[in-house]
Amino acid sequence: MSVITLETAIGLGLVVAAAILMFLFSLPPRPGKRSNFALRPINGLSRLRRALGLAVENGTRLHVSLGKSNGVGPVSAASLVALSTLERIAQISSVSDRPPVASSGDGALSILSQDTLKGAYRAVNASELYDPNRGRLTGVTPFSYVAGTLPIERNEHVSANVLVGTLGPEAALLAEAAQRERAFALAASDSLPGQAVLYAAAEEALIGEELYAVPAYLQAGPFHRASLRAQDVLRWALVGLILAGAVLAILGIKIL
Amino acid sequence: MRAPVATAVAIVVGLIILLGYFVPVGIVLVLRDVLLGWAIVLAGMAALVGIINLVKVHWRKSTVRGERDPYSPVLLIVFLATVGAGFALGGPSNPTFQQVVNAVQIPVETTLTAVLAIALAYAAMRLLGRRMGLMAIVFVTSTVLYLLLNSGILAVDSGAPALKSALGVLQRLPVAGARGILLGIALGSLTTGLRVLMGVDRPFSG
Repeated sequence: MSVITLETAIGLGLVVAAAILMFLFSLPPRPGKRSNFALRPINGLSRLRRALGLAVENGTRLHVSLGKSNGVGPVSAASLVALSTLERIAQISSVSDRPPVASSGDGALSILSQDTLKGAYRAVNASELYDPNRGRLTGVTPFSYVAGTLPIERNEHVSANVLVGTLGPEAALLAEAAQRERAFALAASDSLPGQAVLYAAAEEALIGEELYAVPAYLQAGPFHRASLRAQDVLRWALVGLILAGAVLAILGIKIL
Repeated sequence: MRAPVATAVAIVVGLIILLGYFVPVGIVLVLRDVLLGWAIVLAGMAALVGIINLVKVHWRKSTVRGERDPYSPVLLIVFLATVGAGFALGGPSNPTFQQVVNAVQIPVETTLTAVLAIALAYAAMRLLGRRMGLMAIVFVTSTVLYLLLNSGILAVDSGAPALKSALGVLQRLPVAGARGILLGIALGSLTTGLRVLMGVDRPFSG
């Protein structure tokens, strides 16, 4: 009896296809040729880059809110994106008088945020900037996390907040507090209720897979751009398959 | 290369877990279960380390001049009282301990939920003024429409099949939209996971 079902074979095929596409897209273009892949403008991310520059100029702080665990595991894919974002923000703002601060709602995530800050400063030869107190666990339940994070927005000279990760509807309170402090807030969550409320409450919100594009837009490296291209190709392939499946279902042809 | 040993461990463990999901047989399955068991223990330890960090940060905020926050001493006192009560009463499963914690936590969280409801209503009202555009109009219109639909006001049994079909389509639309967004999230999660497996993303400094 085969242990691989059709569903797992499709899943495995998708993983392998994504890996191959990412590898191919990450290869440098041939000599004399330029890559014709351009990132489409996303208003929220353009404003984030501007806010980063302003924060460095003004000597104000950036706050990266990494969210909490998504219930599946201690660290979700959205949390990994949040950590990549934190790494880039720490590197970009390493010349600032006030280094960024990261808050999280999960023990593992807070340790990883400290490690990410340490690695980011080491990469730009500024290890002396590292302070473990800048990667904080602020609360372990959704509301205690928000309650513990609000004082950071209020008391630590924060001019820009990046709320990226697994954030539920309670994150609207963070976005609202940022507005009261006249600070910029960009929000991106992998939770559907979180996205809905943050669209209304945050100054700028990213919807759906835009969350996974943040590191690429902060120039985290060619592989992040390659990931975006692979996502685009796979998305269109899936759209095609869904439409083909719908047409076949209408015609009464059953495949799966 | 940054943290070669940690990167190698992350890649090998990630591949075993992935393989265990797709090919759940023999040794792979055993290894996957053992590794996931270790991950649970590590996550528990990480929570403890995180709480120590929380106490350290608030101790600093209570004692260092220029960083003082009046709420930090309150947090430390309540934290110590909770830990002390937990040990004295025999752990978090003790009914008296649970009753005391719930008596504090539930009213506080309910209050925050109420604040959230008001903040959201206010944010929705301001949305069109702040971010006027097609998406904002669609967002507000659909919010109002689905509030009405789910309130039951439009659930009249008129017997008109066209009206029933139209309401049925409207009820299904959010599901279709949510599936579209989830598809994007799933693809994003896939490529993010693959970046860790390929050693490109390394959320550990080693």
